[in-house]
Amino acid sequence: MIKFSYSLIFIGFFCLFSILGIGEFKLTDGILKKNIYSENHYAVISKLPSVQKMIGQNYSSKISFISDLQSAVNQHNSVLKEQKQWDKVIWTDYTFGVTNGSFTAPNLLYILGFVGLFFIILGVFLIISQEKKSPTGIKNNDIFKKSISSRGILGIILGCFLIIFYIVLYWFPEYLVNWVALVNPISKLLSGNPASQWFLYGLLYTVAIIVMGIRFIIKYRHSKYQQFRTGSVIFFQTTFAFLLPEILMRLNLPYQDLKNIFPLDYTFFFDYKIQEKINSGTFGIFMLGWGIFLFLVGTPLMTYFYGKRWYCSWICGCGGLAETVGDSFRQLSDKSLKSWKIERYTIYGVLVFAGIMTVFTLYSFFTGQSYLLGIPSYEIQKWYGFFIGSIFAGVVGTGFYPLMGNRVWCRFGCPLAAYMGIFQRFKSKFRITVNGGQCISCGNCSTYCEMGIDVRAYAQRGQDVVRASCVGCGVCSAVCPRGVLNLETGSIIVDKF
Amino acid sequence: MSELKHIVIIGNGIAGVTAARNIRKLSDHKITLISSESEYFFSRTALMYVYMGHQKLEHLKPYEDFFWTKNRIDLLKKHVEKVDISTKNLLFSDGQTLHYDTLIFATGSRYRWHDAVPKDTLGVQGLYSLQDLEKLEEISPKIKKAVIVGGGLIGVELAEMLHSRDIEVTILVRESGFWGNVLPQEEAKLVTKHIESRGAKILLNSEIERVTTKVLDSKNLSPNPSAIKSIITKKGEILDCDFLGLTIGVEPQKDLAAAAGIETNRGILVNDCLETSVKDIFAIGDCSELRNPTKGRKATEPIWYTGKMMGETVAESICQKSKKYNPGIFFNSAKFFDLEYQTYGDIQPILAENESSFYWENSQEEKCLRINYCTQDEAVIGFNVFGIRFRQVVCQQWIAEKRTLSYVIEHLEEANFDPEFFKNCQSEIVAEYNFKFPEKTIKLKKNSGFWRTIFG
Repeated sequence: MIKFSYSLIFIGFFCLFSILGIGEFKLTDGILKKNIYSENHYAVISKLPSVQKMIGQNYSSKISFISDLQSAVNQHNSVLKEQKQWDKVIWTDYTFGVTNGSFTAPNLLYILGFVGLFFIILGVFLIISQEKKSPTGIKNNDIFKKSISSRGILGIILGCFLIIFYIVLYWFPEYLVNWVALVNPISKLLSGNPASQWFLYGLLYTVAIIVMGIRFIIKYRHSKYQQFRTGSVIFFQTTFAFLLPEILMRLNLPYQDLKNIFPLDYTFFFDYKIQEKINSGTFGIFMLGWGIFLFLVGTPLMTYFYGKRWYCSWICGCGGLAETVGDSFRQLSDKSLKSWKIERYTIYGVLVFAGIMTVFTLYSFFTGQSYLLGIPSYEIQKWYGFFIGSIFAGVVGTGFYPLMGNRVWCRFGCPLAAYMGIFQRFKSKFRITVNGGQCISCGNCSTYCEMGIDVRAYAQRGQDVVRASCVGCGVCSAVCPRGVLNLETGSIIVDKF
Repeated sequence: MSELKHIVIIGNGIAGVTAARNIRKLSDHKITLISSESEYFFSRTALMYVYMGHQKLEHLKPYEDFFWTKNRIDLLKKHVEKVDISTKNLLFSDGQTLHYDTLIFATGSRYRWHDAVPKDTLGVQGLYSLQDLEKLEEISPKIKKAVIVGGGLIGVELAEMLHSRDIEVTILVRESGFWGNVLPQEEAKLVTKHIESRGAKILLNSEIERVTTKVLDSKNLSPNPSAIKSIITKKGEILDCDFLGLTIGVEPQKDLAAAAGIETNRGILVNDCLETSVKDIFAIGDCSELRNPTKGRKATEPIWYTGKMMGETVAESICQKSKKYNPGIFFNSAKFFDLEYQTYGDIQPILAENESSFYWENSQEEKCLRINYCTQDEAVIGFNVFGIRFRQVVCQQWIAEKRTLSYVIEHLEEANFDPEFFKNCQSEIVAEYNFKFPEKTIKLKKNSGFWRTIFG
């Protein structure tokens, strides 16, 4: 049965990947006009002889279509660059839009897509239903014997695949237009707009959290804490992160994930984002106020009472993916003292970077000057987006799940986690309490801590765990065979003794 | 501080390591920690998790390798052959010697062999050391049917381990319920039922009469002349098996001390300050036997926590002034497959004359609570709790303060250590109390987590 389920999943993925090779591309003038939103650029590009040659021609190969298109523009640009006519060079990349527009999806695409997704989900649920037959309790048998969950060959392959996926998604999305076409009907249904690569990503992300979240809930069906927080994460991802922004778009309001808090939402104070909100009236102003309130008041207050877990393992999308899809990799985080030292440098480094970037951004917004200290704000934003937003949060953050554990981004990079961590460490009622002297130093808590906290080091000397990085997933408490650990807030009766 | 001494500890288990760590905290003495089992300290209790694939061996090390050099604790992976108490020298199996000023035996224990089984039978072993685990790992692929004799904590661990590899497991238990020499009947029954529900068979009131073995052919590379074939119980049942797990208890490793001329009985005899019959030589942990154990406690307690406490005491004795070992109010905990167990204070399998017992059970959810108390003044003396987590400090405080049963039941919420959102059984327990004692009805003191977080 298990083998059958895995075969189903494999066939499903095979179907989905085969989609990337089907369908035809045909460029028309209308497509150029629609997707090249700068009129000047449209005028130039549509007149290029090699683009003219492409119009009306049927391409069955995506690769040759993209390369023809790109070489046409590149050729044009290189001539201008030689002549040092920098202002005339077309810096904007229209490849995705034009490729996406030129794509005609055959019915086979939808059939394969539907069948593929169906097989994958069916396979996962068959595995889950097998799981449900087994008795309740901790299910960690063979975790370090399976290749996929112990950095074996399968784990490395999966890691490479995820890394490649993120690289293509961020920098070569034109190669994913087949998948974008697949989800296009859903996008039109929700927001009325055609799908972009980001819609595709959001949908995949949400489905992954739902499916693997259900798996997690069943795996931990003996623990209400685990079930509730996973339910919460699924809810916030499907509504706040996925559906609500699409509906806002439909209502002609700015696209905003209302639970995504600055500085994790690093574009929140970007001038065009602020402008967009101010321009869209009362609700836009509310969104702006809500975001500022969450950052300045809501986050510190909630962290004071409940620890940063209120966000990291109950609401956050990154945390949601880590806790559900990444659950099988939590044991791969490094617990050494050295990694703790590195973690503190990198995470607060990112926080400082985000802070500096925002100072530049706001300076430019209020003064209208694009330079501060001779550095253009736009450049800093671009660097941050590239290094932190894309490479760190995406490629490394998720791609490295099977290699470095499921919380690489949350532990080493997330500026919001860093910000909340300061409150959690110095001013919070939350801590993991240790039950007397009952620890047997078995190490399950440390092994399964996704944040790489050496929980045992605290437990075996009876010391409460107060750590900036703890996201309060509660797994240490669940896997402890002696019931030694508990997540607690507020005074407990013991304090009186 | 007195002059610096060379303190040598034989055994790097929890007792020896705790002693070494605490001696370092209190002094600058030279410390050498010797073990022939492993280079670094590891958690013995977690060996099962390595076998089941929950962890790797490296995860069992509670301290990173740099810890020992940083704390100037010299590690020596050698086997001590002989102790010469007159010259204060150790002789190692490689012929080298080491001088000590103070010696601590923390040699632990070993599993007891069953008299009915011929020594060196292939497929028969207990589980105590790293080497035992390696041996088990090696033969596991060949095991289809296993019998475990002895219904105790290691017995159930071994059963869970083998069960995780789809090996058919039967446990022979001498008593009428699992761990019946420690647990009262109801709890023993609950545990028995739980283990059976997880897929291991249990034969109660059963003991080994004899075993049959098969002679291994000459091509067999193992040093064992024969392998286990079946066991025959005293009732005459024949159980075929290719593995026999011996978990009928452990016995102190006292041979090295006995050979050196140190007084021993079951274990290495020690006084209240954990000193042996020879000056400057101490014994702690599983290997020791107290000459005058505290009332209600055993002379030898092969328990992790006892070893830890003895290690702390001996460190003070050596570095400061002689300190009497005081184990405090007893506590212990365990996990039977998925069933968690904690105990505080004194709960015997059979009630003493002046004792009464309050027992509540929710058998569907596999939870139970027993509170034993003095019949006369209702002062609580012990807790047994299954499927619910209780706070050690609170329970011990209640016992020390001689709180009455009704007080304890009323304030049960204070003892609860379950994770947030877990189903609360306190009201069920109070209802049980009120049912049993209708004349003195009590009400649960509520203690909402939410308000405690906001205002606490």
